[in-house]
Amino acid sequence: MKPFDYVRPATVAEAVAAAAQPGATYLAAGTNLLDLMKGGVSRPDLLVDVTHLKGLDRIEPLADGGLRIGALVRNADLAHDEDFARSYPAVAEALLSGASAQLRNAATVGGNLLQRTRCAYFYDTASRCNKREAGSGCDARDGENRTHAVLGWSESCIATHPSDFCVPLVALDAIVEIEGRKGRREIALDGLHRLPADTPERDSALEPGDLIVAVRLPPAARGFAAHARYLKVRERTSYAFAVVSAAAALQIENGRIKEARLALGGVAAKPWRARGAEDVLKGAAPDAAVFQQAAQRALTEAKPSGDNAFKIELARRIVARALTLAAAGTPARMPALPASPFASTSGAIHA
Amino acid sequence: MNHSISLTVNGARRDFVLDDPRVTLLDLLRERLHLTGTKKGCDRGQCGACTILVGGKRINSCLALAISHDGADILTIEGVARGDQLHPVQAAFIAHDGFQCGFCTPGQIMSAIGMMREGQAGDDPERIRECMSGNLCRCGAYAGIVDAVLEAQAGASETNRRRSA
Repeated sequence: MKPFDYVRPATVAEAVAAAAQPGATYLAAGTNLLDLMKGGVSRPDLLVDVTHLKGLDRIEPLADGGLRIGALVRNADLAHDEDFARSYPAVAEALLSGASAQLRNAATVGGNLLQRTRCAYFYDTASRCNKREAGSGCDARDGENRTHAVLGWSESCIATHPSDFCVPLVALDAIVEIEGRKGRREIALDGLHRLPADTPERDSALEPGDLIVAVRLPPAARGFAAHARYLKVRERTSYAFAVVSAAAALQIENGRIKEARLALGGVAAKPWRARGAEDVLKGAAPDAAVFQQAAQRALTEAKPSGDNAFKIELARRIVARALTLAAAGTPARMPALPASPFASTSGAIHA
Repeated sequence: MNHSISLTVNGARRDFVLDDPRVTLLDLLRERLHLTGTKKGCDRGQCGACTILVGGKRINSCLALAISHDGADILTIEGVARGDQLHPVQAAFIAHDGFQCGFCTPGQIMSAIGMMREGQAGDDPERIRECMSGNLCRCGAYAGIVDAVLEAQAGASETNRRRSA
């Protein structure tokens, strides 16, 4: 690992000033960053340790019915918070389907949002990668790319964003609170991650020094608690990233879908909100036909970036099944295998 | 630049001067305290051999910088027995052949102890497999591991019942 300097600022303002310097990066739990540093993929000159900053580790219900989640709340603590899991069950299920118990105990909310892609060519410093080294080329394009992007990719980069957590969050219109050199601002989570275009080296809309201090769920996000699921297909049942995942959340009144939220994971460089499919669902009766139609709509713009055409059909089926499960109702208990389509308690044999 | 940190390791306070911030908790335990029960397997957070409890919660010590954990309370495999009396999870691993070569065993046991404290698995083998998925065993002793954890979990539940009775 390349040598680096280390500072532990006492305040958010000090942290922002330190991290705005060239070569500086924030350290929270480090579960992704340290891995990248050990592999020489990330080579920071300065780590700005934010783990000791006060007040960023709280889960706060807001007066308007929303919820504010501090950036340093641990993934496991959030998923196991009873009020949180009851109000936002698909988010809790997504969290528990990610990584391992050890990693969830350490990894933070802010860090989860900012984790880097798991593209093997990004990780392998002997390969060309436009995300790791701008302009160097993309070895994934003609390489082993069966798990790569089918939406929003470009010739420069076909990597996907690996977060499970972000998928239901983007479906529920989560907002990211950012402290930066010019003070506090907030953006929709949907606007945090960037599609690659010809600058894949920039993962997000963040500027140097920007620190995510909280993620907020708006009041309306609670309205989907009765019909919300996260479903994730992986290469093995546990401790693996999504090949394809989907978060589905519905409000059903008088036999009709009043509101629908849908997002996909593992398909693009960002958590992919499927607004067109939501429009298909709104006002319809929650049945298999409309779920199929929504699934078709969600993948209309998809195209293979390599040996991964199967992901498009897989994504359609996962969308249809996630909607079917959401319509059947949020399970009273977290499934034994969170988000697994193979779980004995999944509630549907086939979409 | 040197950095001073202090940790509580298996109940004893330890002070360190770090001349390099790159030291992980795993390397600090092994190289500075010679607590070599915590194993370095993949060193990248994939195998779980380095699992320890920090503040009562299981984490991968290979992905934790020591400098960032100033003041932390750490429990390693060396701290779980009481003298010659094995921790119930240790005893259950022996009773159920929960290992072959033994390299992953300290991590498996620390992970199982952490899992029982989390209270998420109960007596469901499927849940135990899911909750222990961060610990790999290349010998494939998983069947024995699950049985050992089930027995330890049952024993802990029995103890709790007796205490509350």
